Amino acid sequence: MHASVRQAVSVNINPTTMATGREVAAPESMRMSINKVNFFYGQKQTLFDINMGVTANKVTALIGPSGCGKSTLLRTLNRMHETVRGARLQGEILLDGKDILSQDVTLLRRRVGMVFQRPNPFPKSIFDNVAYGLRVNGSKIPIADAVEKSLRHAALWDEVKDHLHKSAYELSGGQQQRLCIARGLAVEPEVLLLDEPCSALDPISTAKIEELLVQLKDLCTITIVTHNMQQAARVSDYTSFLLMGQLVEFSPTPQMFTTPSDPRTEAYITGRFG
Amino acid sequence: MTAGLRWRKLVSGFMLTLTGVCAVVAVSVLFFILGYLVYHGGTSINWAFFTKLPVTVGDIGGGMANAIVGSAKLLLLASLIGVPIGFFGGIYMAEFSNSSIAFVVRFAADLLNGVPSIVIGIFAYTLAVLPFKHFSTWAGAMALGIMMIPITIRSTEEFLHGVPRALREASMALGASKWRTIAAVVVPAAYRGIMTAILLALARVAGETAPLLFTALGNRYWSPGWNQPTASLPAMIYYYALSPYEDWHRQAWAAGLVLLALILIVNIFARAILSRGGTVLR
Repeated sequence: MHASVRQAVSVNINPTTMATGREVAAPESMRMSINKVNFFYGQKQTLFDINMGVTANKVTALIGPSGCGKSTLLRTLNRMHETVRGARLQGEILLDGKDILSQDVTLLRRRVGMVFQRPNPFPKSIFDNVAYGLRVNGSKIPIADAVEKSLRHAALWDEVKDHLHKSAYELSGGQQQRLCIARGLAVEPEVLLLDEPCSALDPISTAKIEELLVQLKDLCTITIVTHNMQQAARVSDYTSFLLMGQLVEFSPTPQMFTTPSDPRTEAYITGRFG
Repeated sequence: MTAGLRWRKLVSGFMLTLTGVCAVVAVSVLFFILGYLVYHGGTSINWAFFTKLPVTVGDIGGGMANAIVGSAKLLLLASLIGVPIGFFGGIYMAEFSNSSIAFVVRFAADLLNGVPSIVIGIFAYTLAVLPFKHFSTWAGAMALGIMMIPITIRSTEEFLHGVPRALREASMALGASKWRTIAAVVVPAAYRGIMTAILLALARVAGETAPLLFTALGNRYWSPGWNQPTASLPAMIYYYALSPYEDWHRQAWAAGLVLLALILIVNIFARAILSRGGTVLR
């Protein structure tokens, strides 16, 4: 089992910055790399020896059945796992070649933003929601301009520009989730992590967010957890398939969904389990 | 209809009547007290009651202006003591302490809440009256403030626990420190609930008499300062009700009505705050 995992990884991973560390002239570069990551909640191990990379300005999707560890893996990328008592991480995660575990966590989370499963706007106005990250980080740029820019990037500006000072709770679920994306974008992160961002939304709102993700690639690198395989196929450039805490396969998305190299991947994407 | 079914219907009807009567009794006690107070006190409430000092024994009339102001001073000072301690203690319990420390603090707060108010009065007397050899507004406020701590600390903790974890995570994921998250997101989200609890705590101690008898004592004139004894509505009711004078009894009823109305207003106000826009704590 382990052999096949390793093989899949070594075959499919973009080799430019892996292992050798030598920079080869390549059009694509790794923004983050995850090296031999093991993860524990107390005594229970939930991730086993994960190796993968996140390519800059691409969408990387994490798929797998419930409880496979995909959300856990995502949350390690900006160290949100540290907010849970008893969580422990072994291994190395690099952001632009530097270990994130030895960095200041506040600065790290400014560079690696996150959008959660359920829309979670603050009980504040639309404007204050987007401005929050800027204020927290003591940003020098004019806040009103930055708020407008972020709302435009999140394709929400036209819907809310006339009532920026209304409560964020007056927006619909889909609008709230785009507000959360705008809030994350406001601090100009290099990487945006999304944890099943559409699972609480209707199909029309979901389509809007998927469209948005593809547009946002120019702005930042995106990693998305989804239980919806069609969504992964639609929006991502790379897909990694996790099963019971193991990385089964990590490939460019078209390859993953047409010619998967592992029989378990094939079984999962053809709907035989999960 | 079989005998068994008839018996069951009988029992059901009996229990329905019993529970209904108990509910009616519970509510009617309040209305009985209210009616009695209005009947006896209502006729004695006039402008002079709110603006005049008590008159000497034998004279008819006068008011309780000093007691009303005294109660206000005591409650203000008690809040300044009880609210910050309870509020920040509650934040510590909900956000920072581990579960065993929180358990101990919670248990102690519940015990303190159950300590008879007269015992708290004696405690404040020992601490704030004996060493200075005179009664004072400070000492009375201290007793009332101590009584506010457990209610404030417990409800602050409860309402902070009610704030969804997702809001904390959203703030942390934007690079906010824990303190920043608490101050800018968590407390504002729980603010209405905490305000309500503080007002209810205030309403509760507003009517306390026993702790004031040993501490603020009472005063038939304007209190000369925070360091001197002061009149208060509950203590005034106590002294006047025990007096042998008809006119003082009349005024005690009036004071009771004013105190109850005050507590009622604070209660209604507190519930209005809580119910206004309940979108925060879903």
